[in-house]
Amino acid sequence: MSETREIVEQCKVLYEDLSLASVKEWKQRTGGRAIGFMPVYAPRELVHAAGMLPVGIMGGGENLEIIKGDAYFQSYICHIPRSTIELGVTGRLDCLDGMLFPAICDVIRNLSGMWQMLFKDKLVRYLDLPQEFTKEIGGTFYKQELQGLVHELEKLGGKKVTPEALRHSIKLFNENRRAIERLYNARAETPENLPTYELYLVMRASNVLPVEEHTALVEKYLAAAARQKRNKLDNARVVVTGAFCEQPPIALIRALEASGCYVVDDDWVLGARYLLGDVAMGEDPLQDLANAYLGDCVETASRYETRLEKGAFLIERVKRYRAEGVVFCAPSFCDPALLERPMLVEALNRANVPHTSFNYAENTSQYHVFKEQTGTFADSIKLWGTA
Amino acid sequence: MIMQKKMIANHFERLSNTDKTGEKAVYTFVPGNLNELIWSFDLLPVHPEINALQSAMRKQSGDYVLEAEKIGHSEDVCTYVKSDIGMMRKGNIGPTGQRLPEPSLLLLSYTGCFTFMKWFELLKQEYKCPVVMLHVPYQADGRITPEMRFYVTKQLKDVVIPKLEEISGKKFDLDRLRTMLASSARSEDDLVHVWNAAKNKPSPIDAYFGGVYYIGPIFTAFRGKPECEEYYKTLRAEVDQRVKDGLGPITPDGKMHKEKYRLVVEGPPNWTSFREFWEMFYAEGAVCVSSTYTRVGGLYEQGFRHDPDHPLESLADYCLGCYTNRNLPSRVDIIAKDIIDFQADGFVVNSIKSCNSFSAGQLLMMKEIEKKTGRSGGFIESDLVDPRYFSAANIKNRLESYFQMLEAKS
Amino acid sequence: MDAYVGIDLGSTTTKAVFLDEHDRLMGFGITNSRSDYDVACQIAREEAEINSRFSILRRELKTHIPGEGHDLAVAWLYQKYRLAQHTRQLTALAATCRKAVDLLPVAEHRAPTHLLLEQILSEMEVEAVGLFKPGADARSDFFRDIAASTFLHLSEKKAGDDSKMLDRLIGTFDKSILQVESKSYANAFGEYIQFAADAVQRMPEFQVHQAAIQTAVKNTVAVVFKIINTIGTGYGRQRLPFPKEQIRSEILCHGLGAHFMFPNTRTVLDIGGQDTKAIQIDATGIVTNFQMNDRCAAGCGRYLGYIADEMNIGLHELGPLAMKSKKQVKINSTCTVFAGAELRERLALGEAREDMLAGLHRAIILRAMSLLARSGGVVSEFTFTGGVAKNQAATDALRKLIEENYGEMKINISPDSIFTGAIGAALFAKRDRKGDLIGVDLKALQKPVPSKVEGPVAKVQERA
Repeated sequence: MSETREIVEQCKVLYEDLSLASVKEWKQRTGGRAIGFMPVYAPRELVHAAGMLPVGIMGGGENLEIIKGDAYFQSYICHIPRSTIELGVTGRLDCLDGMLFPAICDVIRNLSGMWQMLFKDKLVRYLDLPQEFTKEIGGTFYKQELQGLVHELEKLGGKKVTPEALRHSIKLFNENRRAIERLYNARAETPENLPTYELYLVMRASNVLPVEEHTALVEKYLAAAARQKRNKLDNARVVVTGAFCEQPPIALIRALEASGCYVVDDDWVLGARYLLGDVAMGEDPLQDLANAYLGDCVETASRYETRLEKGAFLIERVKRYRAEGVVFCAPSFCDPALLERPMLVEALNRANVPHTSFNYAENTSQYHVFKEQTGTFADSIKLWGTA
Repeated sequence: MIMQKKMIANHFERLSNTDKTGEKAVYTFVPGNLNELIWSFDLLPVHPEINALQSAMRKQSGDYVLEAEKIGHSEDVCTYVKSDIGMMRKGNIGPTGQRLPEPSLLLLSYTGCFTFMKWFELLKQEYKCPVVMLHVPYQADGRITPEMRFYVTKQLKDVVIPKLEEISGKKFDLDRLRTMLASSARSEDDLVHVWNAAKNKPSPIDAYFGGVYYIGPIFTAFRGKPECEEYYKTLRAEVDQRVKDGLGPITPDGKMHKEKYRLVVEGPPNWTSFREFWEMFYAEGAVCVSSTYTRVGGLYEQGFRHDPDHPLESLADYCLGCYTNRNLPSRVDIIAKDIIDFQADGFVVNSIKSCNSFSAGQLLMMKEIEKKTGRSGGFIESDLVDPRYFSAANIKNRLESYFQMLEAKS
Repeated sequence: MDAYVGIDLGSTTTKAVFLDEHDRLMGFGITNSRSDYDVACQIAREEAEINSRFSILRRELKTHIPGEGHDLAVAWLYQKYRLAQHTRQLTALAATCRKAVDLLPVAEHRAPTHLLLEQILSEMEVEAVGLFKPGADARSDFFRDIAASTFLHLSEKKAGDDSKMLDRLIGTFDKSILQVESKSYANAFGEYIQFAADAVQRMPEFQVHQAAIQTAVKNTVAVVFKIINTIGTGYGRQRLPFPKEQIRSEILCHGLGAHFMFPNTRTVLDIGGQDTKAIQIDATGIVTNFQMNDRCAAGCGRYLGYIADEMNIGLHELGPLAMKSKKQVKINSTCTVFAGAELRERLALGEAREDMLAGLHRAIILRAMSLLARSGGVVSEFTFTGGVAKNQAATDALRKLIEENYGEMKINISPDSIFTGAIGAALFAKRDRKGDLIGVDLKALQKPVPSKVEGPVAKVQERA
């Protein structure tokens, strides 16, 4: 087995482990607690500083059969809440001592209330991320939110979260973000050596691995991928956007690549890359975390865009990664992604960037149509430089 | 009714004349709106949801929605947004047939619904006009914390008011705001009195289908204005008289014969077939004695009133308090309490495809309410303004089955 | 004799049930629903009345003919009765067809068409005799179906290569059958049964029972049904020509009907062609909670129909094929449209057809499981009704999932469940008559299910 393959296989085991065996194992080993969080962005540093393991919950993916979850949701609601409920009510998330629901959309917001009703003995916290980004107003509010969360975690863990611990956590997550940036840059540089489904699985591992382990994993994968030269194909370089919450199935990601696209940037597992720079490590770590959130972050549908023009961030990414087109890949019934799309389309049209779009569900099991579509898209880019 | 029509007609007349009068329009959303504040700067409020629902009642929304889908909007998303975008693309002709003015400001009071943000981002692209964001935190634990109130108040003081001053060219006039808030509170007292009248048997009002008319003035452009106060005073007197006379609610077909079932309704109504939908209730003798939709703008039953002594704080509490800004356990409590207080036989959930804020989690809410009250709920599905999503036969079948079940159980 | 009638006007078939004063089920009737609901309703009711008379006839004969002999006698009487009715319908069809040929637009077409038509009609008459005998395997009992298949087959034979002639003949039939169908031919019980009695008693084995048959028939004909009350239900109930007080929702009727069939039922699942219902009932059969499928057809019988079309096989073949599956596959698209696409794609990728089908059956049952959960779960005893209840792949999947999610319990699956709604309606007809909807003692209503009813009644159920 090649080095990369070995790493990817290890990540795949974690990805397919819907009952969170690795989290249980971690808890047993360390005696610590585990706190789940939903997409997009949660300040994992706080959980870490409280001596707990932050665990990213991104639905059940393609491998979970929904037996109970559908009873909770109407057919016009996206898939991630039903698989998450399925995981919850079937006991697969029992090892989590709490769940965080960051502000992203009405469905996930209401899921927090459902969790309150269904899992009364667990810590359930809705995390209201401010849409006002000045330090005095949004910053003050957010810092109070963070303080509130710290307080809850302290109560749960029975010990104070010290500024030192927080700074240490910030440092580890800064390192992790930097490693991930290197990973993404490497892929954009030599996409043939870092197939997207591999990178995706490495990213997904960040949901369950302790941050130090994940950083090491990323470095190890990067080194292995650099050593393992693969043939470069005449693929179209694309940025994929729209999948910041409910994740596409692996097979869809593979189909996308197999159809002739090199993905050079994406918004999958976006929380791990939400903050664009390092978080400062000053006297007041909570303030530093708040400032980071207010400042340099990705542009995504659940975050209010204060600039007049939408899509500047996307176009900037297209340029930075020398992408030739954009693939909108959004979950069905995802209000934020789907309402965002026409605005981004307009921005891309203005910038003459070719684009194509499709919808999926996390458990979609037909890829033929997507493949045809993205294949044609890639071909037209290669042939005429437009789609 | 006539009073309300006149109020609306005057308002839209004024809106259509802005190019002559130089008055400026501020687009803003209904839930927790800042009507008094907007008027205190002599700016004219426009509520896009109201335009969308009015378009639906006039059977125009179907075309508007299609228009929006034609330019790339997904079939999956909120049809209020699509109806609004479609209307704009087709000339921005408002519900009274008069042209609506372009916004001088989009006041994005972001409460109880995430889609509002995308909605105004979309409008911002279209109109290239300024937007002011008022982020209202969610009552995730079922209460307003001092931090939340401070956050909203601070935004009002430091962001919203300066912007309104800039757009209107007028200084903020606290006394004028206070006068309006005092007037609002009087209307609110009267409205709560009207809602409580439904505790009588028979109920003199239908608090859902009739209720959407009763909330008209207070939730839209008129709260805090003398004509609004006048409206609620008259309404209150009328309802009191009906109670005295032992009369039931008025329906589009006149008087209701007999109150057979008393219901609490959760979720907005369907607007494209509003009358047909209503008829499915009153024809069966079903009266809605309370509804959650009539708390979508603001919730007064638990004692909140706009307060001239604490103007900004009470505006903040109003924003924070509207129904969809409350967590699901609180919503369950509100409905369960109403079922008991209003002696309802049951409750019906109208699950709206467009509105995840209302709909996501409703099925679990139903189970919880059933557990709490021992009453079974009825469940139907429709949409706000998409006529493709109203299946009359289907809904009627369910409602009838539900009513007959109540009858058989009783 | 006092009778209470329940009518269930469904989307594909209309059912009627007669109940007597002692809450015994007397007779069932079923016909295909058609555009004219009044006629469908009338015919089903007449069928049920005839069926009831056969119940009486059977009782009468039993007292006169010892041993098993009366069974055969009733069976023959029933078949001869059907023949008489069929002949009457054929005569009507013949007359209508002749008129239609007279009206053919091109005059010179008329004579040759007449010629062939007469040949066809006379052969149909002969063929009919063979159709009606005990144990004969009729594909359908509806006149339209029988007549259409014979007419088509004979027309093809007669017209040979002349496709224009074939078109004319079939056109004639299509026009005429509509008119024949919209009339009832069942109102002449006395006449048909007399014809049947005459024919049967001439048969060597029944000659000794001649007197018994004549007496029994006479007594049966003499019975006058006094219909005390009728209740209508079903999806088309709004179009029944009844006042509002005589209409009940199918949910209520289904609940009460299931309670009648299996008195300990607490949860009912009905998967029909158009919708799926999950119903909770109390110890007296009163509905306490229910849920129906949401807007989309996924999870209804129609979904299977769609899949059958997609795979180009018969609907009834789906279940048996799925039973051959060796491995469980997961179908994710419960949307009918996507399921078709998923099916094609996965078949193309080499998935076995039977495994895919098993997965699809499971997908339908999973939808039903959601409705059950929404309505309040599954409580023993659990009764499964509706067309899909006849599909073993579906019932197997259901049993498994119920056991996994709600533990072991008694599961009732009735092949006669097509009458569940009509039975409930008839019970409501009786209750309402009593004027005491509240507190009716339903223990008194608990009688065995119609599968134990003998002879023609059972036959009626078979065709359901």
